[in-house]
Amino acid sequence: MNLLNLIKISITALTRNKGRSFLTMLGIIIGIASVIVMVSIGQSSTQNVRSELSSMGSNMIMIMPARSMRGGVDMGTGHSLNRKDLETLEKSTKYGQHISPMVSSGAQLVFGSNNHSGSLSGVSASYLDIRKYKLGAGIMFTDNDLKTNAKVCVVGKTVVEKLFTNGEDPIGQTIRCGRVPLKIIGVLESKGQNQMGQDQDDIVLVPYTTIMTRFAGNKSRDNFNMLFASATSEEESEMAATEITYILRSNHDIKAGQDDDFEIRTQEELLSTMSEITQVLTILLTAIAAISLLVGGIGLMNIMYVTVTERTKEIGLRMAIGAKRKDVMLQFLSESVILSLIGGFIGIIIGVCLALVAASALNWPKTVSQSAIGISFLVCVATGVFFGWYPARKAANMDPITALRYE
Amino acid sequence: MENEAIIQIRDLHREFVVGSETVHALNGINFSICRGEFVSIMGTSGSGKSTLLNILGCLDKPSSGEYIINGTSVNKLNINQLSTLRNRQIGFVFQNYNLLARTTAIDNVQLPLLYNSNISAKERKERAIAALEAVKLQGRMDHFPNQLSGGQQQRVAIARAIVNDPVIILADEATGNLDTRTSYEIMTLFQELHSKGKTIAFVTHEPDIATFTTRTIKLRDGQIVLDENIQQQSAAEALAEYEKNMKHTMI
Repeated sequence: MNLLNLIKISITALTRNKGRSFLTMLGIIIGIASVIVMVSIGQSSTQNVRSELSSMGSNMIMIMPARSMRGGVDMGTGHSLNRKDLETLEKSTKYGQHISPMVSSGAQLVFGSNNHSGSLSGVSASYLDIRKYKLGAGIMFTDNDLKTNAKVCVVGKTVVEKLFTNGEDPIGQTIRCGRVPLKIIGVLESKGQNQMGQDQDDIVLVPYTTIMTRFAGNKSRDNFNMLFASATSEEESEMAATEITYILRSNHDIKAGQDDDFEIRTQEELLSTMSEITQVLTILLTAIAAISLLVGGIGLMNIMYVTVTERTKEIGLRMAIGAKRKDVMLQFLSESVILSLIGGFIGIIIGVCLALVAASALNWPKTVSQSAIGISFLVCVATGVFFGWYPARKAANMDPITALRYE
Repeated sequence: MENEAIIQIRDLHREFVVGSETVHALNGINFSICRGEFVSIMGTSGSGKSTLLNILGCLDKPSSGEYIINGTSVNKLNINQLSTLRNRQIGFVFQNYNLLARTTAIDNVQLPLLYNSNISAKERKERAIAALEAVKLQGRMDHFPNQLSGGQQQRVAIARAIVNDPVIILADEATGNLDTRTSYEIMTLFQELHSKGKTIAFVTHEPDIATFTTRTIKLRDGQIVLDENIQQQSAAEALAEYEKNMKHTMI
């Protein structure tokens, strides 16, 4: 019997029992669709994390003072990073592209009758490059402003919205932070929320020297909250981190064997932590989806057994008129493979649609896992063969004499 | 050629082990069937006629003895070769027709040819049409079994049995499910096929059906008790007679 006849016979047999065929397929449809949805959603969430992080600057390196412990008591964040470190790093780094300190100070921002409780970030001009902020209007402060402790600032969109409720042009206006007036010289382009849900536009950038000299509580302050650096490229960020560690250790006179008094985090590390979480979730959800596929496969096997028993007489007849065991086996095997393939095909379509809908609802990148589709296709064939095998073998091993007499 | 023995059976035994007992279903059977014969095989239930039919149809193999069909000794064949032999040399007609449900008459008739890869789809269809014409069902080719009467269904089954041009047609109580009138019609058809040169072995337990054949083999307890050529009655005449009588009783 040739393949085309085989397929024709199987399809005829399946269409004889449309309702049953559909219900059997439903198990496969649900299984395949959920596998595809889970894998695709997992992939889009990974992509989402990746794109969020790269919008923060994928070559960014954060240097923080280590938390210090004294006699088993957590003394809070240390004060190990200072101007000397900044100068040394600026002078001697090879893999670092930009370095900016960060000194933050909470402040009540006032303009006219509006006020907004925000925080001031004392940085240097290269901070924009490191964090991938763009100026929407105006200019960034310059090295000269840093030298003169200039009372200027660059603000984010949220600050503009809170303070300039009448739609005034913020550039050139002066806002007050405590007792210090700051002139707005630039407005940043909106960046939205980061993946932690923080508003990245609620930001006021001020020359760090201004914060360190002019704000109460920060006067004559020498140390930074942290340092931001950017590596020359994403690939170099590990090298840059090593280099910075080396420079800072020698700067701080830390001997071999002693712990660092600072901490370095690259985006790469953050990325791998985040992707690990999403990966574990994806694997977990896919495993659950795979169980539903398994249940669907068992349903298929069950129905094939019923079909074989029900058609015992037909099997007897086919054998009597010349069907070989192989022919009977192939007939039932192809029925189960066709069932699971059609089910899988519908499942793939539904899965892809659901994945796209879910991604657009969550505002994630629309990813359809092509490998999941390919694997699903193979899984369908394997399911059909695996779960169809025993029923088909049962059919093929029938004795034609007994089968013909079966009532 | 007319007297060429297409079926030769020599000292054929068939035993079944049931529990601790051995049942001798066939116990030393000898006969031959020549090309063009129309043989009825008779016997009560338990006489071994079903077992003999299974062996004749190559569905079963003898325990001992020899069965040669069209020059091939069945004993040496494996299961696949037996399938091919059934497919090419034998046509089956069953008591309960055994047509595939929800499958048209022409597709039912084509079925044996599907298992013969030497036959193209076109030839398959042509031969199925010819077979259905031979049983006078040319107008019912696309009917499903449930749209056909019992007699028509049996004719589809007969068309299926002749479509592969077998050396012998084996009929197992082929009129068993039919009323007298339809039985005569079916026997008329068998006689027509016989007159066209077909060899037929017809298992039945009804003596009047056996009179339409040319030879009777009677089995009892696994042995042949009678094997004789008989005067063949015409089924067409019997049908005419029957209808005349029916009219009488109606009046």
